Amino acid sequence: MVTHDSGGHHHPPTSFIRKYIFSTDHKVIGLQYYFLALFSVFLGMALSMLMRIHLVWPSAKMPFTPGGQMTPEQYLALMTMHGSIMVFMVLTTAPQSGFGNYALPIQIGAEDMAFPVLNMLSFWTTLLSLIVLVSAFFVNGGAPISGWTAYPPLSALGQIAGPGQGAGQTLWVVGVAIFCIGSLLGALNFITTTVDLRAKGMTLGRMPLTVWAWLVTAILGLLAFGVLLAACLLLLLDRIAGTSFFIPGGLVVTDTPIVSHTGGSPLLWQHLFWFFGHPEVYIAILPGMGVASHVLSTFSRKPVFGYKAMVGALGAIGFLGFCVWGHHMFISGMSPYSAFAFSLLTMTIGVPSAIKTFNWLGTLWGGRIQFTTAMMFGLGFVSLFVTGGLSGLFLAQPSIDLYLHDTYFVVAHFHLIMGVAAIFGIFAATYFWFPKMFGRMLNETIGKVHFWFTFVGVYSIFMPMHFLGLAGHPRRYADTTGVNFLGPLHSVHYFITLAAMITISAQLIFLFNFFYSMKAGQKASENPWNATTLEWSIPSPPPFDNFAGRIPVVYRGPYEFSVPGATDDYIPQHLTPERVGKAH
Amino acid sequence: MPGTITDEIEIIDAGRGGGTNVPAGGDDDGEGSFGSPGIPQRAYFTVIQLGLAGIIMFFMALTSSFLVRKGLGNDWVAFNFPRILWLNTLILLASSITIQIARRHLREDEKAAFKRWWSVTTSLGILFLAGQFIAWRQLARQGVFLVTNPSSSFFYVLTAAHGLHLFGGILALVYVSHRSWRRSRVSQATATDVASIYWHCMDGLWVFLFALLYLGR
Ligand code: HEM
Ligand SMILES: [Cu+2]
Repeated sequence: MVTHDSGGHHHPPTSFIRKYIFSTDHKVIGLQYYFLALFSVFLGMALSMLMRIHLVWPSAKMPFTPGGQMTPEQYLALMTMHGSIMVFMVLTTAPQSGFGNYALPIQIGAEDMAFPVLNMLSFWTTLLSLIVLVSAFFVNGGAPISGWTAYPPLSALGQIAGPGQGAGQTLWVVGVAIFCIGSLLGALNFITTTVDLRAKGMTLGRMPLTVWAWLVTAILGLLAFGVLLAACLLLLLDRIAGTSFFIPGGLVVTDTPIVSHTGGSPLLWQHLFWFFGHPEVYIAILPGMGVASHVLSTFSRKPVFGYKAMVGALGAIGFLGFCVWGHHMFISGMSPYSAFAFSLLTMTIGVPSAIKTFNWLGTLWGGRIQFTTAMMFGLGFVSLFVTGGLSGLFLAQPSIDLYLHDTYFVVAHFHLIMGVAAIFGIFAATYFWFPKMFGRMLNETIGKVHFWFTFVGVYSIFMPMHFLGLAGHPRRYADTTGVNFLGPLHSVHYFITLAAMITISAQLIFLFNFFYSMKAGQKASENPWNATTLEWSIPSPPPFDNFAGRIPVVYRGPYEFSVPGATDDYIPQHLTPERVGKAH
Repeated sequence: MPGTITDEIEIIDAGRGGGTNVPAGGDDDGEGSFGSPGIPQRAYFTVIQLGLAGIIMFFMALTSSFLVRKGLGNDWVAFNFPRILWLNTLILLASSITIQIARRHLREDEKAAFKRWWSVTTSLGILFLAGQFIAWRQLARQGVFLVTNPSSSFFYVLTAAHGLHLFGGILALVYVSHRSWRRSRVSQATATDVASIYWHCMDGLWVFLFALLYLGR
């Protein structure tokens, strides 16, 4: 039985709606995800700015706090929405679903994702989840206040646990559950495409490290999001049906005994959440690692140092990522033996992380480095990854974490390593692939100005937070007036807020560059960076089916730069051996 | 994995390229399907296995919640296990047999017999869901509801979640028996195989959940 039907899937759609809105083209979907993330990141930054202003000038009048001053609950609502939007809608979408969708099929020589309609559904599910999440601002009581981790019992009790814990928290749970579904569908497509749709010659060992990173990330997503979905389902039932999965008995909230619940376990949520949560932080960062490897190699004009070790490290990080969730729960009263095991496993992740770092440095070593903006952001990624990773090793000691848990030290750690490092990965990818995506170059001079403001800016914001944490400053405090031992730290807060204002304003430089260059940037050639992978073998922007019906054949690995004896300092993957050395 | 179908599919390699040193892409087993738009049939097998992995993670999360909640709380009360669940289990097990019979008929190109057994399977699936519904009604009559006790909470959650997944399986069975294969990217053989892999797994999942609910009640 041989049916291989070429059924009508490869004709470009003609109507505007099918082309740009309900598109099944992976490139359009990638851009849709990217713009979803772009919208979300500016929304998230605006929320953070309000928080920073409140921390320094607690009595300042704020635009959308009708009563005038911001209440502690409003601060917590901003914090919750800031974290949730950033983690789910920015760090999970742009690096993986955005760039992955855009570049992965092209890099492996496929005409599209394996299941284009499913792909479209993933995006629309994700957009729906964003709408549901953001609508929490507009319901009675406002947005939830229990943080992106939504710990019960407060997240499970409803209105009595505070403003925002009613309808707002319900919308949060539903929104996140919908997000899980969208991410699961996306993961299916990513893995199947990578496994089954690679062009002839594109063996596993010839896949660009970006593809490896997206693959491992998709596997993490597939195994992690189902767990969060289950947790959200149980939390939702506790909230609306009156079950007691997470709500213990004998609870008294604001002098009201909660009599309708018995026996539930808040710790159960923590286990479920962090079993998802730790892999999630790698979902945010692994694509950035792939991009960093790719960009560092291209602009050092050298092969990636230790390609196989890089792949192995990605796999090891992915695997270990599922074994360490307990390090978020050291102070939950767990047995010291469990804590020791989690601690040891956590520090083991330092090994593949160090392998990656040294291999990035090895890639740079002796290279003819071109300081493009993409390269600078790639280097920035490495810097931030190291800085943030080192503080992780402190936190991984249960005895030290006892002190540092729930302080600004943790805030510093995860912002540097997850927040900003992943954002630097996104920027590196943006400056690198923009010419391919829009057919025009981003302005490099403006790009470098943007880089320096952002690089110095984020260190200025987050480095001092380590000191706040070491001084015992708890996280999630809306206001420190009247807290004696925090008084002397006010000037640090002042500095951080100032740095945040400048850094956030500097993102307008990027926004300008982005939209200005899209319209008026210098026209991009097919391969402006003299890069080797398949996306650079096709026009910028690529035609509807990527290769105009002529699927490439791959003859070599992804990073053949400065090969001895070759005339050019790069050999594209699709170049036949006979053509190497001749002009191309 | 029913390998036969996928093995056959790979004959259609369009044989493009042909330079030196070009191992095939795809799953690295030597052949691929290049030059033709659309996707190789094996992708449907890949995606169903991955999808099942995701589904299993979801149910494992619920299962460990079940065990943790039972172990940590001191408020667990057993309820009368609805007897009809034994019958439902037999029905679902039978459906796994009938679906195999249906597939054999399809392989031997006996279209009518395939259709017949395939609909028997579908009916058994619907019967199972009806039986689950009756089990809920029996519990409700005893005054055992979702919120009554953690034991019943988990009972309703797990049976409902499984029922929903099985309902998806029924939709897949109906889809396979009703669509025309002329212009589709997926072949009838692949669709049949993929649907039955899913069906068997939902069957196995039920047996597991049944044991969990029965022994852990
Ligand atoms: C060597 C590597 C790492 C180690 C040893 C490490 C260790 C830890 C530990 C022990 C905590 C818990 C601190 C506490 O809550 O008291 C933590 C928190 C956190 N880590 Fe890491 N980490 C590492 C890498 C990463 C990476 C790569 C990311 C993200 C890309 C990340 C993101 C986070 C986040 C988001 C939190 C805080 C979650 C919250 O409470 O809201 N970490 N880390
Ligand atoms: Cu962690």
